[in-house]
Amino acid sequence: MSGFDKVVNSYEEAMAGLEDGMTIIAGGFGLCGIPENLINEIKRKGTKNLTVVSNNAGVDGFGLGVLLEDQQIKKMVSSYVGENKLLMEQLLDGRLEVELTPQGTLAEKMRAGGAGIPAFFTATGYGTEVGKGKEVREYDGRPYILEESIKGDFAIVKAWKADRYGNAIYRHTAMNFNPMAATAGKITVMEVEEIVEPGELDPSQIHTPGIYVHRLIKGTFEKRIEQRTVRTEGEA
Amino acid sequence: MALTREQLAKRVARELQDGYYVNLGIGIPTLVANYVPKGIEVMLQSENGLLGMGPFPTEETVDADMINAGKQTVTAATGASIFSSAESFAMIRGGHVDLTVLGAFEVDVEGNIASYLIPGKLIKGMGGAMDLVAGADNIIVTMTHASKDGESKLLTKCSLPLTGAACIKKVVTDLAFIEIADGKFWLRERAPGVSVEEIVAKTAGELVVPDHVPEMQF
Repeated sequence: MSGFDKVVNSYEEAMAGLEDGMTIIAGGFGLCGIPENLINEIKRKGTKNLTVVSNNAGVDGFGLGVLLEDQQIKKMVSSYVGENKLLMEQLLDGRLEVELTPQGTLAEKMRAGGAGIPAFFTATGYGTEVGKGKEVREYDGRPYILEESIKGDFAIVKAWKADRYGNAIYRHTAMNFNPMAATAGKITVMEVEEIVEPGELDPSQIHTPGIYVHRLIKGTFEKRIEQRTVRTEGEA
Repeated sequence: MALTREQLAKRVARELQDGYYVNLGIGIPTLVANYVPKGIEVMLQSENGLLGMGPFPTEETVDADMINAGKQTVTAATGASIFSSAESFAMIRGGHVDLTVLGAFEVDVEGNIASYLIPGKLIKGMGGAMDLVAGADNIIVTMTHASKDGESKLLTKCSLPLTGAACIKKVVTDLAFIEIADGKFWLRERAPGVSVEEIVAKTAGELVVPDHVPEMQF
């Protein structure tokens, strides 16, 4: 690496420094826009006792689900984990802790973490299990709970294209949590479908500026579909 | 007769207004999109980061990068925009979405809603539901009036963990359209052929019944 060039040449190099007990923030929604090869590298490394912050936990055998197979995850922070039998087993027998976090609060926790904001007040979760034990403050007569932001030792994200400096563009709804996750890692590792030279992407179209990205790697992606729904031609 | 899922969706669709930005939850709420009244335009928000959700793709245009919040492959409608989850929930939490329709396990006379967790049985997570009920002013809950065992879902106090406190004002069930105000349920409409007596019998929380309860129109 030199100057602003973030490109690394192997997945081993991309995830170098990841240690047992670290916190990883992962982009993706369901199986859409997930950093599938970076997850597979964590599986290969065998790192244990991880805290993983991600909207979902993948499915059995794909995405973050593969990290449950060898019980590499100690704790998941997610809004929805309903697609994963192995997770449910580990949760029910106490091997895995799951902190259910409302989806908007989760996105904001990542965003705030990356933006140097340690905590924020939100109405979401007030009067529910989520609000228990949290500071409450009223604004204009409405109660809000204090939520703390999240930072990761690593953030792992997936974008569509990036230049060598890490300026990145996402494709369609594969954007989801990736832009916030990218800002919230002490080390942010991004994998993309295509790496181009600086200057090839329109600066005003960049979603994630390269300042947030520490390591960049080009991968090939399976892009598994969770719910394949189609209409027949002519049907609205 | 109790309403079918389709009839229920049709009744909710009558609450849509021209120019509404609408978030539809999974299940019956999703069906509302099929019954948008003629002559009005609405734009569907999907909380994974899409405003302007279109129909399902054809076999040829399926794209793994293009899904809705139910993780189904979808298309973008003309005039759609795509953005991050933080932006999506800024719309929701900031009160910019005009109408939210979602399902529930239970609703009570205080406007509390339980929809995400059955302890020891169903542990999936709240997804975006807590944000939606906290952020929206205009929310319609759709559900069956009673469980399969005949237990009322309209209660004095929710028994399951809450999704949101004091946030629900309108409920459309397979039997009735009910509003919630002043710590009571108010019966506004009944499903065609359903008697007021049946609705009263299947509503556990205090229900105010006016002299005349009109039948639902579709």
